[in-house]
Amino acid sequence: MAAVDIVGVRKAFGATEVIHGVDIAIADGQFVVLVGPSGCGKSTLLRMLAGLESITDGTISIDGKVVNLVPPKERDIAMVFQNYALYPHMSVFDNMGFSLKLRGAPKAEIDRRVKEAAAILDLDRLLERFPRQLSGGQRQRVAMGRAIVRDPKVFLFDEPLSNLDAKLRVAMRTEIRALHQRLRSTTVYVTHDQIEAMTMADKIVVMHDGRVEQIGEPLELYDRPDNLFVAGFIGSPAMNFLPGRIEAGAGPRFVSDGGVSLPLVAPPGGVGSGIDGRPVVLGVRPEHLHLADEGAAAEVLVVEPTGSEIQVFTKLGGADVMAVFRERHRFRPGDRIRVAPLPGQIHLFDAESGRRLVP
Amino acid sequence: MTDATPQRATEPGVARDGPARRGRGGDEGEGMDYLVSLPRRVVTVYLPLLVFLFVLLFPFYWMVITTFKSNEELYDFKDFSPFWVVHPTLHNLHKLFFETHYPIWLWNTMVVSVVATFLSLFCAVCAGYAIERLRFKGSRLVGMAIFLAYLVPPSILFIPLSTMVFSYGLFDSKFALILTYPTFLIPFCTWLLMGYFRSIPYELEECALIDGATRLQILVKIILPLAVPGLISAGIFAFTLSWNEFIYALTFISSTTNKTVPVGVVTELVEGDVYHWGSLMAGALMGSLPVAVLYSFFVEYYVSSMTGAVKE
Repeated sequence: MAAVDIVGVRKAFGATEVIHGVDIAIADGQFVVLVGPSGCGKSTLLRMLAGLESITDGTISIDGKVVNLVPPKERDIAMVFQNYALYPHMSVFDNMGFSLKLRGAPKAEIDRRVKEAAAILDLDRLLERFPRQLSGGQRQRVAMGRAIVRDPKVFLFDEPLSNLDAKLRVAMRTEIRALHQRLRSTTVYVTHDQIEAMTMADKIVVMHDGRVEQIGEPLELYDRPDNLFVAGFIGSPAMNFLPGRIEAGAGPRFVSDGGVSLPLVAPPGGVGSGIDGRPVVLGVRPEHLHLADEGAAAEVLVVEPTGSEIQVFTKLGGADVMAVFRERHRFRPGDRIRVAPLPGQIHLFDAESGRRLVP
Repeated sequence: MTDATPQRATEPGVARDGPARRGRGGDEGEGMDYLVSLPRRVVTVYLPLLVFLFVLLFPFYWMVITTFKSNEELYDFKDFSPFWVVHPTLHNLHKLFFETHYPIWLWNTMVVSVVATFLSLFCAVCAGYAIERLRFKGSRLVGMAIFLAYLVPPSILFIPLSTMVFSYGLFDSKFALILTYPTFLIPFCTWLLMGYFRSIPYELEECALIDGATRLQILVKIILPLAVPGLISAGIFAFTLSWNEFIYALTFISSTTNKTVPVGVVTELVEGDVYHWGSLMAGALMGSLPVAVLYSFFVEYYVSSMTGAVKE
């Protein structure tokens, strides 16, 4: 186990820079999830950590030692690939024991460690099988077993669940999380699925276009997103955004471009002076909208009950706004309802920079 | 077609769908459904296949019957039909094996083909893997250059090669052939193996790198075991090309005991304008059997390397 430090790391393929200076500190034993849309550079960063891509600038250190020029096999890391990368011509046992065999470990030790890992992952009965004879979930477990056997300093996961069906994905999510709680090993996990990130991570790193947008604990990102990108990316269904401006006065209000006017409940002291007329984007999560007589009028477009809640798509002052209710309202398309954000549950972002404005 | 009935019986889908579709007046079926009716299948599938088979196999048949014909039967079209044997004889085979150097030619061909094949496969594996996976500067260019070397016809290449063979003192020895055959075998095998290596997922190698394997270990323990079908088909190709090679063997070998089968048969069994057809055909038959046997053993690997990629 070890801490991992990524400092000012850049990556360029030819003249195209894809990672523009990334700093991430990962503590010993932490489960960190790199999340972002495809092409944001998260996988490239993971591959640089693994030693499969060179580092253009900056440093990566594992356990206090800079590993920029250290080949993968000397970094003491284990990686689980998206398509598992099991060796098709080797049995499960040989797949799991391959790294130990290469290191020249005695046969008895290979046997013991493979069986230990197989017991943890419930693979005991599959050791003689070949990868083609396994189901997707079993392959996934073998890939993890291969990593566990090595007892590495750092575990790396590259979208390991994206090839599984939805139900299995949820089950494996829990399994990986439970495994981490048991082994307490430093883990870096790459995914594009923000639900995976939210449910598994100790710490989430949101990446976008080769930059880190925000680093924090899952709920911190959910409650206080630093910018519009994080606000829109974290949370499902996604946050609603209403562009508009602030009107200062006795009670400062937010007035959207579509004419919706909402009181800013929180004291606007932090917003700073000169806020009057400032263009902003107001963000409010669907679950933070409630029915209120004093709220803004919205027209119901589509109603989607999921069982535990009802998702209602509405038109609010010209903008598409979604609301989620846990109560079983019987709305019909065309109904007019009045909704308002819960007190203290709105987010204000600067319209130009996208940065969060306090509160 | 009598053989159509059992075939349909073994294909329940076809047998079940057939009458139903026809019952609906169904010439409007989609895709391959037009194969359902027997007359159509005869015209579109079996007839062309038969013609094709006839063209391919008739020379082989001719070779076989000529081998077992006596000279009287061979030259007398009036009393004997040219299309089958009335009094089969082993005379031609006996003459071939006991009155010529044919067994030595067979041995020579075998040695030259096997050694040239393994030499070429070794070089092709190294070259193909390096070009496909090491991503060094100019790897594509090297790949193209190797391919261009393959395009130079042997009928031109044998002139400079013969100069080299002479100056190295290799003329009229097996080495003359073992070292010149790779000039066309390596480019061919390299290109075939490059395509095969490309089909092996990159992640397997990266995973092995992280597992602690060196490049050589990756090649030997991961890539080669997965490339076995590709290696086999490249090997068969190389072996066949060497086995049948004519121009280099004709140019670089002069003494009777050093000749290979294709050259020996043509140069020793044709005396002036006298063709010993019986022995010639026997020589050709015996010469083509090893290759045919080789193909029949490995045909599955051979097909899979042409059609399929590595599956996990």
